[in-house]
Amino acid sequence: MTTAIQRARSLPDERGRFGEFGGIYAPVTLLPAIEELIAAYEDARRDASFQVEFKRLLREFVGRPTPLYYAASLTEKVGGARIFLKREDLAHTGAHKINNAVGQGLLAKRMGKPRVIAETGAGQHGVATATVCAMLGLECVVYMGELDVQRQSLNVFRMKLLGAEVRPVRSGSRTLKDAMNEAIRDWVTNVRTTYYLVGSVAGMHPYPMMVRDFQAVIGHETREQIVAATGRLPDAVVACVGGGSNAIGIFSGFLEDETVELHGAEAAGEGLETGRHAASLTAGRVGVLHGSRSFVLQDEDGQILEAHSIAAGLDYPGVGPEHAYLKTTGRAQYHAITDAEALEAFQLLCRTEGIIPALESAHAIALAVRLARQRPRDQIIVVNLSGRGDKDMHTVASALGVTL
Amino acid sequence: MTGRPTRIDETFARLRAGRELGFIPYLTIGYPDRESALKLVPALVRGGACAVELGIPFSDPLADGATIQRASQVALQNGVTVQYCLETAARLREQGIDVPLIFMGYFNPLLQYGLERFVCTCVEVGVDGVIVPDLPPNESDELYTLCRESGRDLIFMVAPTSTDRHLHEVAARASGFIYCVSLTGVTGARHRLPEELPVFLQRVRAVTELPLALGFGISRPEHVAEVRDLVDAVVVGSALLDRLSSVSLAEQASTAEEFIRWLRSGAEASATAGEGS
Repeated sequence: MTTAIQRARSLPDERGRFGEFGGIYAPVTLLPAIEELIAAYEDARRDASFQVEFKRLLREFVGRPTPLYYAASLTEKVGGARIFLKREDLAHTGAHKINNAVGQGLLAKRMGKPRVIAETGAGQHGVATATVCAMLGLECVVYMGELDVQRQSLNVFRMKLLGAEVRPVRSGSRTLKDAMNEAIRDWVTNVRTTYYLVGSVAGMHPYPMMVRDFQAVIGHETREQIVAATGRLPDAVVACVGGGSNAIGIFSGFLEDETVELHGAEAAGEGLETGRHAASLTAGRVGVLHGSRSFVLQDEDGQILEAHSIAAGLDYPGVGPEHAYLKTTGRAQYHAITDAEALEAFQLLCRTEGIIPALESAHAIALAVRLARQRPRDQIIVVNLSGRGDKDMHTVASALGVTL
Repeated sequence: MTGRPTRIDETFARLRAGRELGFIPYLTIGYPDRESALKLVPALVRGGACAVELGIPFSDPLADGATIQRASQVALQNGVTVQYCLETAARLREQGIDVPLIFMGYFNPLLQYGLERFVCTCVEVGVDGVIVPDLPPNESDELYTLCRESGRDLIFMVAPTSTDRHLHEVAARASGFIYCVSLTGVTGARHRLPEELPVFLQRVRAVTELPLALGFGISRPEHVAEVRDLVDAVVVGSALLDRLSSVSLAEQASTAEEFIRWLRSGAEASATAGEGS
């Protein structure tokens, strides 16, 4: 690794476009703040001292590099291609979200913004942001849908312990999309003092680019580790996709390796046919949500639909514009995994490997298992195990009919 | 460019000639009742509105505060679509409403309806302009061209945070009037207007000859009195909807009319503060 933040590719262009996707569809009040952010990020990216500090914190605070683990028992059980797990669940705070939170937290500090706001779904990004703000001495407000506050109460408590204020959002579907609306409203109101720390590769430019760059460390490490372990590149890389930051992070390491297939697992919820799902790329249409043009779950009249997934972190009706681009160019393929399939994969990984994955990551495991079954043992599949499952105990228990 | 001067141009020319402040109320179509606009718009015009902004509801109105969020949700529950909004405008014209009608709507519903189809239908039904709060000049090429070619005004917004470069970009594309957002924040009634308002409005005046309409937060005659010499018109949305939500359906039209008269009292030289609220 030559620098801590590697620009994964030439896209987006200067207007924040990945082909026809992306852009800056923002209220005018925010435009100067967005331009300030673009300039500050470019400046930081080129500044060796910023890179050194980011790299140091990834190593000493986050615990990177995270291991790449050969899941021998899972491979044996599935009986197909060899499955490797990129252990982002072992990063500080238990998910990949911390990589981006450290990067943007440093940027907020550098820009002299004393107040940080964030949106969160499962609470992992909220926890990561609260953690970094505590470490850097920044005020932190986290917007979280009321429904998510209920189903992720453990993470809410963690954020409060870390000194953050958690504001439940009661509008709309009371999940991630509404938390993002509310965070944007806060930003519009307090734009002069506030840094909006977006947690995914969704939203307006420069967030899809910046979050990708901060998460690209996952892909670069994985590439080095798999080559060191097996002497070659993998045949396929698999990750779950809500907004899509962990997937973009690991895909970034392999975009130019044409022999490496890239597979994203979207949430099919209760099944695509029920309409209760979060599979924007598989079942959505092109539209504009939260400042960027991408695939969106919407009705005939362009109203945004409520998404559904057992995994709060995938429960979002949009998706990052770079995924839209990777889908339409054919570079990546996206598949839909139901709640039931994710739950089954969740239990499978617990029992075969002694690893309790996040429900989000369990979607990637389910897809990897599906792909591995169809392939011979000499093939290699790497899965981004984006987070650990401690936060999901209540959800899983209730889905399995157990009362805690 | 076809059809200039437009109905919006003529309205502002008349206001300027009479040294009058214009009042542009905002309504969400379909709030509180599906057909409310058909009664409310004539009442607002009777009360002295120089133009009316008609809100096309959206599920995720991220530039709006609680009042318009709630109105949008109710309107969507009442089955309001882009098509229905266009039909409502047509019916208002059939009723003889002749003030400018301006749509205010987020980009995605317009995009899904089809921008060309939307603008063509605006021409047919007599809608004069469109405001799209999440479509800054840099993203507006297609809609801007369609509007220009059909003699509609795409109304751009500027905010106190806007840089001089943004103001120039807006001035280069704007027609009809420029919508000045009074504060850094979302829509919603406020107790007082920001102190730096005159400086901001002078900066906008410096880059354009177009009329200026001021919106966001204006809710009382005192606010109107404060800004009457600074702008050509004021836009009032949330305060009107708040007022409407506090009265029965039967009283809606008369309340709307009285509300505009009450606000207009702030524009009269001898206006006294505080009556009626």
